[in-house]
Amino acid sequence: MAAAPESAESSKGGGFIGWIDQRFPLTKLWKEQVAEYYAPKNFNFWYYFGSLAMLILVNQLVTGIFLTMHYKPSSAEAFSSVEYIMRDVDWGWLIRYLHSTGASAFFIVVYLHMFRSLLYGSHRKPRELLWIFGCLIFVLLMAEAFMGYVLPWGNMSYWGAQVIVSLFGSVPYIGGALVDWIRGDYYIADATLNRFFALHVAALPLALIFLVIAHLMALHEVGSNNPDGIEIKKYKDAQGHPLDGIPFHPYYTVKDLFGVAGFLLLFCGVVFFAPTFGGLFLEAPNFEPANPLQTPPHIAPVWYFTPYYAMLRAVPSFAGTQVWGVMVMGAAIVVLFFMPWLDRSPVRSIRYRGPLYKIMLAIFVLSFISLGICGLKPPAGIYPTLAKVCTILYFAFFLLMPWYTKFDSVKPVPERVTGHA
Amino acid sequence: MNDEVDHSRRRLLTAATVGTGAIGVAFAAVPFLASWQPSARAKALGAPVEVDASKLEAGQMLKVVWRGQPVFVVRRVKDILGHLGDHDAMLADPNSDDSIQPDYIKASGPARARNPEYWVGLAVCTHLGCSPLGAFEANNSFQVAGTDLGANWPGGFYCPCHGSKYDISGRVFKSMPAPKNLTVPPYAFADAARLVIGVDDAPKTV
Repeated sequence: MAAAPESAESSKGGGFIGWIDQRFPLTKLWKEQVAEYYAPKNFNFWYYFGSLAMLILVNQLVTGIFLTMHYKPSSAEAFSSVEYIMRDVDWGWLIRYLHSTGASAFFIVVYLHMFRSLLYGSHRKPRELLWIFGCLIFVLLMAEAFMGYVLPWGNMSYWGAQVIVSLFGSVPYIGGALVDWIRGDYYIADATLNRFFALHVAALPLALIFLVIAHLMALHEVGSNNPDGIEIKKYKDAQGHPLDGIPFHPYYTVKDLFGVAGFLLLFCGVVFFAPTFGGLFLEAPNFEPANPLQTPPHIAPVWYFTPYYAMLRAVPSFAGTQVWGVMVMGAAIVVLFFMPWLDRSPVRSIRYRGPLYKIMLAIFVLSFISLGICGLKPPAGIYPTLAKVCTILYFAFFLLMPWYTKFDSVKPVPERVTGHA
Repeated sequence: MNDEVDHSRRRLLTAATVGTGAIGVAFAAVPFLASWQPSARAKALGAPVEVDASKLEAGQMLKVVWRGQPVFVVRRVKDILGHLGDHDAMLADPNSDDSIQPDYIKASGPARARNPEYWVGLAVCTHLGCSPLGAFEANNSFQVAGTDLGANWPGGFYCPCHGSKYDISGRVFKSMPAPKNLTVPPYAFADAARLVIGVDDAPKTV
C-alpha cells in the first residue's frame, strides 16, 4: 500500500465523503457493519431485544447525564435533590422517570435477549466469546443498577446497600476489612454514596460501552445466529453474499424501528401512567429518606434482583457462616458463562431439539420466575421451601445440561433456513 | 555489527521490561485502592467512645452514639445479679451462639458483660432496627398501652415497634419477632467505671 496518494484518492471517490474516507474509514465501516452486513433473513420477534437494549442504553446515558446536572451525591443532600428534580426542575420528573423506568426495562429486555439464546442456541460455537461478553455486560448491568438504586438515598436505598455490602462480610478472614474498604466508613455513609455515584456515572458506564462494542464486534465477526440455528455462510450467490442473508440496512434497521415503536408505546405508558409500577420499579419505602436507625418493614431488592436474592436466602447458614448463600448466588451467575460448553446437543435451535430440553427449559423458566416471586415476599409460609426447590431446579438446568442435551432426541436440521419469517 | 536478531536476549529483555512495568503498575495502584479506606475523618468519627459510668445510678442507663449507632450502657441493680440466668429456658439463644457479640462477652455467662454490674449493647432491635425501651428493676413494668408483658417478666428491654422482649442481658425471648440477642460492640473498662466502646483492650492510661 505504498501507492501514491493520488491513487488512494481516486479509489475512494470524491466529494466530502471521499475526503473523509481518505482520512477515516467511514464508508468502509458503514458497508462492513451495516449496509453490507448480511444477517439471516428469518429473524423473528426474539431478535428485537438486542437493538432495544441498545436503545435503552442510550436512554440511560442521556437521561443519566441530565440527572447528574441536578443531583447532589452527598448523604445530606441526595434525597432532597431527587425531590428537587421531581418538583422544581422543569421536566425533571420526566427525565427521572425515563431513567428509573429505563432501569427496569433494561432488565426485561436483557432477560428476554438472554432467553433467546436458550431458545436458538446463540451461545454455541463459534459464538462462545460473544456470549461471554454478553454475560459480562449482564454482571456490569447488575452492579450499575444496584449502585444507581442507592443514589436517591431513600430508606430502601440505604438498607438495600446495607444488605448487599454486608454480603462481602461473609468472606472468610478478610470480610470485615473488605466491608470497611467498600463503605469507606464503619456504616453505609456519605463516603459510600459518593463512591457509588462515581462508579455509577463514570466507571461502569464506560466499561459497559466498551463491552457493548466488543459484543457487537464479536457478533459481526462470527455473524448472527437465527431461529433455525444453522449457518447461512454455506450457500452464497455469485457476489459471495449468503443466499439466506439480507443486508442489515435497510431490512433490519426498518424491522428494528418497528420494534422500537412498539417498545416505546409500552415504555411511555409506564413512564406516564405507572412509573412506580405498583412498587415494583420504585419501592414505597424509598420515598422516605435514608434512616440508619430504622429498617423498612421488609427489605426486598428491586424485582430484577429478586431471583438471586431468593437464592441467597434459600441457603441456610452452616458452620457459623452465611457465606454459602453468597456463593450459591454468585454461582448462579458464574454458571451462565459456561453455557456454551455445558450444552452438548448436536443441534442449536429448540426447533430441532427433543422433549428433554424443552421440558428442562420450561422448568428453568418457571423456577426463575418463582424465585423472583419468592425474593419479593417475606421469608415465611410456603416461600422458603419454594425458593429452595427452585434454586435446585435452576442449577439442575445448567449442571445436568451435558447429559440431557446429549441423550435428547433431535430432529433433522435443514440445510437452508425455513419459512418466510 | 551483527544483523542477526538475538531472540532469546530480546525475549529476556521484553519479559524483564514487562515484569518491571507490572510491579510499577501494582505500586501505582496502591494509592487508588487505599483511597477507598475509611478516611482520617471517618476514622476520627468512628474512634472509640469513652463513657464515664461512675455517675450512673443503679437501675439507670446511658445512651451514647458510637459509629452512628446508639449504644446502651446499663447499670444493673445489685440484687438481680444473682438471678440473671434463672430464665435461660425461656430464651431463644441463651448462649448467644447466633448473635453478634465478642467472644469474651459470649463467654461471660448470663451476665453478657465484662463487669456484671454494667451491661453494654447496641440499642438496635435485631428485628427491624427500632430502638428498644429498657426497665431494669425486677418486676418493673413498661406500662406500654396494649401490651401484655406478663406479671413475672423479669424486666429488660422491650421493643415498642413489634413487641420483641429481651432480658436484662439483651438476650431475646423465644417466639419473638427478633431473631437474635442485642448486638454487643467491643468494649473494655479503662478503670472501675470508665468504659471505652469500640476497643477490645482498653489502654491503661487514656
